Amino acid sequence: MFLAVDYRWNWAGVWRYRGQFALGWLTTLGLSLAAMVVSVAAGFLLMLGCRGRWMPVRLICAGMVELVRGSPLLVQLLIGYYIIAEALHAGFPMLVGIVLLGSFHAAYLAEIFRGAVESIGASQLEAARAVGFDRMQTYRFVIVPQAMRRALPGTTGQLVSLLKDSSLLSVIGIEELVQKVRVMNAASYAPLEGYLPLAAAYLIVTLPLARLARGLERRFAYET
Amino acid sequence: MKLEARSLVKRYGSHVALDGASFSTGPDDARVIALLGPSGGGKSTLLRVLGCLLVPDEGHVCVDGRDLPHDEVGAQAERRGNGFVFQGYNLFPHLTTLQNITLPLQEVHGMSALQAEQRAIEWLHRLGLEGHEHKRPSQLSGGQQQRAAIARALAPRPRLLLLDEPTSALDPVMTGEVLDVIRELAEEGQSIVLATHEISFARKVADQVVFLAAGKALECSPVSRFFQQPESNLARQYLEGLSRYR
Ligand SMILES: Nc1ncnc2c1ncn2[C@@H]1O[C@H](COP(=O)(O)OP(=O)(O)O)[C@@H](O)[C@H]1O
Ligand SMILES: [Mg+2]
Repeated sequence: MFLAVDYRWNWAGVWRYRGQFALGWLTTLGLSLAAMVVSVAAGFLLMLGCRGRWMPVRLICAGMVELVRGSPLLVQLLIGYYIIAEALHAGFPMLVGIVLLGSFHAAYLAEIFRGAVESIGASQLEAARAVGFDRMQTYRFVIVPQAMRRALPGTTGQLVSLLKDSSLLSVIGIEELVQKVRVMNAASYAPLEGYLPLAAAYLIVTLPLARLARGLERRFAYET
Repeated sequence: MKLEARSLVKRYGSHVALDGASFSTGPDDARVIALLGPSGGGKSTLLRVLGCLLVPDEGHVCVDGRDLPHDEVGAQAERRGNGFVFQGYNLFPHLTTLQNITLPLQEVHGMSALQAEQRAIEWLHRLGLEGHEHKRPSQLSGGQQQRAAIARALAPRPRLLLLDEPTSALDPVMTGEVLDVIRELAEEGQSIVLATHEISFARKVADQVVFLAAGKALECSPVSRFFQQPESNLARQYLEGLSRYR
């Protein structure tokens, strides 16, 4: 606390680095967006796999979900980047980072999607069979549209977490927002100033998303 | 239509829902066949087997001389020629009344969007649902939902219409609305299999009765004989129990 009292704020240093700050922010947004797309797509496929007719596929998908959910993202980034991607000569840290971040959240999304799909009652599935739909048509016309509404609030929350987790990608050398601010703080001899706009830059995106999630939750709470 | 079942067995886990049910309707063609019997007797299960919505574990069903397939592909093809109506309506809640009917017409029966819509509107109007085409099922009364479900089942012109206690969830006024519709369909010659507890309705409309209890078909006889002189004690008790207050 007494540090704060004595601290002489130096905003000029921060202002000089605004270009870098903006670049970091756009990087964070861009790679998060890409990772969101990866996570939703992979999460959907994992959910289908977990519900599949084929026992080995079911086991593999369920195992992957458990493995990913059972260890910290930081550890997965380090192993995924320095061991696996290295061995595969993958290059492109940005791409590897997007895939790792996306897969981590895909495991959580798969569980959210599975819960939503399993909440669709047996009578709806029977009605789908009764009108003559096959398995694909049942997913496409009956299960997915109804499950999507139920999964929306949880999914939005998960995507907010993804955006925040993107800051960890600095450990594999990606110059996203947090990393830019660290560099900026060091270079401008202003160790604290950068952190306040940093928080604001995340909140500008996460607060509306969280609000959206709550709104959706309330809206779908009325539906049965 | 003629229905013949030979030693049908259907189990849910260790519970035996159909326990070697055998019957044969006839010798005359029946338009409307009523499945009667106490709750838990296997009416819903038998109805689903007759409509190919369920495949029996053992036994065979013969509809108009054709053996029903036991493989999923064959069962689906057969199912697409039938219309089902359930006790709980089972409309798709995320679709409008109209879409509930047009979607299967387009996706299963290969009709164009325009044809499907015309056909759907025709049926909705016939069943007294004009003005409700663009409402969701949750905005309709139970009777309206059930009539929409009947419209969905009939729009593809099914060979066989199968109804599982279609009025059990409805109040007496709505029950009347729905029974009127079913009766009209029967009079127009639609082949119908109906599981119900509405015995006075069954007596008026059905040609044949199959009486089920504990997974067995205890009786299969023309409607007048079943109601005047039921053969089994169980059927007699069932009829007495149901007619006590009507
Ligand atoms: N999906 C199911 N799972 C387990 N048991 C069932 C299922 N459906 C029906 N049953 C049981 O099978 C028996 C016959 O049921 P059902 O065919 O619904 O009879 P009814 O329609 O005459 O009441 C009942 O004892 C019921 O509890
Ligand atoms: Mg029943």
